[in-house]
Amino acid sequence: MNMNERFEAYIASDAKIEPKDWMPDAYRKTLIRQISQHAHSEVVGMLPEGNWVTRAPSLLRKSILLAKVQDEAGHGLYLYSACETLGVSRDDLIADLHSGKAKYSSIFNYPATSWADMGTVGWLVDGAAIMNQVPLCKTSYGPYARAMVRVCKEESFHQRQGFQILLALCNGTEAQKAMAQESLNRWWWPALMMFGPRDEDSQHTEKSMRWRIKRFTNDELRQKFVDMTVPQAELLGLTIPDPDLTWNEERGHYDFGEIDWNEFHHVIRGNGPCNRERIEARRKAHEEGAWVRDAASAYAKKHARTDASSTHAA
Amino acid sequence: MSDRSTWPLWEVFVRSRQGLSHRHVGSLHAPDAEMAIQNARDVYTRRQEGVSIWVLPASSITASSPADKDCLFEPANDKVYRHPTFYDLPDEVKNM
Repeated sequence: MNMNERFEAYIASDAKIEPKDWMPDAYRKTLIRQISQHAHSEVVGMLPEGNWVTRAPSLLRKSILLAKVQDEAGHGLYLYSACETLGVSRDDLIADLHSGKAKYSSIFNYPATSWADMGTVGWLVDGAAIMNQVPLCKTSYGPYARAMVRVCKEESFHQRQGFQILLALCNGTEAQKAMAQESLNRWWWPALMMFGPRDEDSQHTEKSMRWRIKRFTNDELRQKFVDMTVPQAELLGLTIPDPDLTWNEERGHYDFGEIDWNEFHHVIRGNGPCNRERIEARRKAHEEGAWVRDAASAYAKKHARTDASSTHAA
Repeated sequence: MSDRSTWPLWEVFVRSRQGLSHRHVGSLHAPDAEMAIQNARDVYTRRQEGVSIWVLPASSITASSPADKDCLFEPANDKVYRHPTFYDLPDEVKNM
């Protein structure tokens, strides 16, 4: 058996790969692409919500939103660390985000224009993310799996607080309920797009499944998400904006309409409503924070010198 | 220009409560140990996951090599007599 065959057999036995183990270059590359994309999504994902921190309707909602945004920063950091165990540097990862070379979830290229969006984003966007992420707790690369366990533990709060925002609006005035419905109308389809292209159009699925990086296909997860979400929408009294949505007795699943794949590719190619704004905001934050990083470095250097000289004196 | 890329990597260990040992939870970059503790607090203990944090430079860890796995750990394989279940005793023997 050569190294590649041994690796495939090892993965097939459901064993975990750790950073210093031998792995094929393509496995490493696939992981770096996926984990960094995931980390970037967490970081860019803070932006639509950041927009509402100062506009939250109560101090409690504001505290909750801040905690959620802080979690997303944390999730980004867990994932960047996991990615760095594969031999890439943090600076290169961030440079790739800023240059547009690395992708992030296209959902964050849509604007959050009403307070109800904070509810919908938690309910649908974090809900779809959980659907994607729970199977990743069993992914074949150890550091990624461990990071995902932490992320999933924390993510459930995000979804529940979102649903509760919508519940409050749906039990409120006509205008509040209309705000919730209008928000669902805008987010439903982009949320379904979060699961990626159809299986037959997904260039990475087959290999990622074999390497047990991915445990379910895009379409499987999308179906699961629809099945889970429809009854929740009914509970809220909201209408999902899809005339083709019907329960299919025979399949035991909901049938749903076709995603607008032109829109999907349009946004991925960088032409969504907020692509440029998001990257610009990230770049600005990075550049304007440079002096803080420089000051911390200078402080550490100065103290390392003082500590060293005082050790000598003693 | 920022020399951020020289910030060392720190491994973070958290004691979840008194009576338990510190456990590895992940890693982060920081310019010095003090900042590493600050960052570890924000990144790894937002939900009361710990009562104590250790950080140590990742570069100070010496790890065994995956290639040595067999010669290090294989020898324990044929020493099943080190486990209590190896010893078959009559059912009448109690409290053992």
